Amino acid sequence: MALRDAVIEAAAARGGALIDPARTIPLASLAQGSCFGGSLEALRGRSVIVAIRDQLTAAVALLELDGIARRMVLCTPDLSPEHLPHVVRSAQADAWLGDASSSEPPAGVGLEFAVAAELKPAGGGWPSPGDAPRAWDTEWVLLTSGTTGAPKLVAHTLASLSNVLGRSAQPEGRPRVGQAPEQPATPVWSTFYDIRRYGGLQIYLRGLYAGSLLLSSKEEDTTQFLARAATAGVTHISGTPSHWRKALMSGATAGFSPTYVRLSGEIADQGILDALRTAFPRAVVAHAFASTEAGVGFEVRDGRAGFPASLVGTSEHGVELDVSRGTLRIKSPGNAAAYLGAAAPSLRDADGFVDLGDRIELRDGRYHFVGRRGGIINVGGLKVHPEEVEAVINSHPRVRMSLVRARRNPITGAVVTADVVLADGATAATENGADERIRLEILEACRTTLPAHKVPALIRFVPSLEMSASGKLVRPSA
Amino acid sequence: MAVRSTITTLFQEVAREQQRQLAPLTDDLKLLQCGLDSLSFALIVARLEDTLGYDPFDTAESFPVTFGDFVKLYEARAA
Repeated sequence: MALRDAVIEAAAARGGALIDPARTIPLASLAQGSCFGGSLEALRGRSVIVAIRDQLTAAVALLELDGIARRMVLCTPDLSPEHLPHVVRSAQADAWLGDASSSEPPAGVGLEFAVAAELKPAGGGWPSPGDAPRAWDTEWVLLTSGTTGAPKLVAHTLASLSNVLGRSAQPEGRPRVGQAPEQPATPVWSTFYDIRRYGGLQIYLRGLYAGSLLLSSKEEDTTQFLARAATAGVTHISGTPSHWRKALMSGATAGFSPTYVRLSGEIADQGILDALRTAFPRAVVAHAFASTEAGVGFEVRDGRAGFPASLVGTSEHGVELDVSRGTLRIKSPGNAAAYLGAAAPSLRDADGFVDLGDRIELRDGRYHFVGRRGGIINVGGLKVHPEEVEAVINSHPRVRMSLVRARRNPITGAVVTADVVLADGATAATENGADERIRLEILEACRTTLPAHKVPALIRFVPSLEMSASGKLVRPSA
Repeated sequence: MAVRSTITTLFQEVAREQQRQLAPLTDDLKLLQCGLDSLSFALIVARLEDTLGYDPFDTAESFPVTFGDFVKLYEARAA
């Protein structure tokens, strides 16, 4: 069943709404109108770049388009326009779907067919598309960061995205550990994430299938968002550990009393789990292991960091966990289907598992995450590939080589640091202030070409870097 | 006092680097209203660990909400 039909059916039984700071759209009203005017049919069978900026409009458009489009590429508003041609090519896109602020694709993107979605107030909506047949098993394509800075396109279906949630009021995935949260009549879901990221999309679907969904807004700060969530009676809410640290620092958690608080997207350490338990004594505090590619692996609800070793090697509800060479790999109906694009790598290994190189260590019967193989750094939920930053640093004429790695941080989980070998390392230190000048030049180059979270927090000049026998930089394992 | 002035200097330095407008740093200023974002705080905490040699967040029982809380968190460890 297409998403719209399932949501309308569920909403007829128990209500529910989509909510942003300015608007509340009853889910039942979706049966009466469309945000596409008469242009929905024109998108049938197409591969559509969904470049709608407004999150609520996107939430409605995705729901309407499922079953109509052949493929929907979910672009977040922060997608850099320079990456659009790559995205369009890889998705073999032939349509652009924007809103009032993004109604046409930028020049040079190579898309001639464009539609603008528009939300109309209840009652004054566009005519309903009625019972337009929704026959396509639409691909939902999510973007995730790649080594070179260009995003990777990860193709899911509604079935793979919905793997752990089902279409019931049961709000949570399996396998799981610990107690289940108490079930309010109609849960109100919310998330700090944008719904066009995997973590946000999971909450979007939960909200649509099993209650209401309150969307975050770029216009709001953390304090305002939490106040709105409290007023709207949000019961289930998710974010990264970094989102939650910021929420705790806002001091605005006092009036908010959810029953379920979820962390995903980064390693949840014991400190943040304890702090959330103190701040939300009514809530089950759960941390989930999930990725865009592998889907949701599991959720842990016992309030402790890491996960029980007993989860590995079992296969429950189709989710199979395995440890191979120190990394956790997952085979599941929630796995994405493939990466899209001409030179796209295989998503699965030879055994059919998705292995993203998440390294784990066994301590006292529990596995703990200790970082990514290949040195991928997670800064507040945003991935940083060291090679991308090293390329910028190495472009400085005085730099011979550099090694970018993670440094643990209590605010964003990690920050980026760089060890830099100068081409004339022996002399640079003796020149008065030369090191400092080069450091500033490197930082300036990074700030000009990279997003802020990729710019090194600290640059250290070192005499040399360790190389392997094969001549590659030895990357620290965590 | 030395800890406070180190912290103040770093707030100003990071605000400049991140091109953010920093509010006057009074003790009752809420951290999330001082003009800095999470990444800026992450930079400050990392550099404080290098300068002072410790990260008080690893044993902190609660997160600081105001600038005064933040300074106290570091001063308590220094004492």
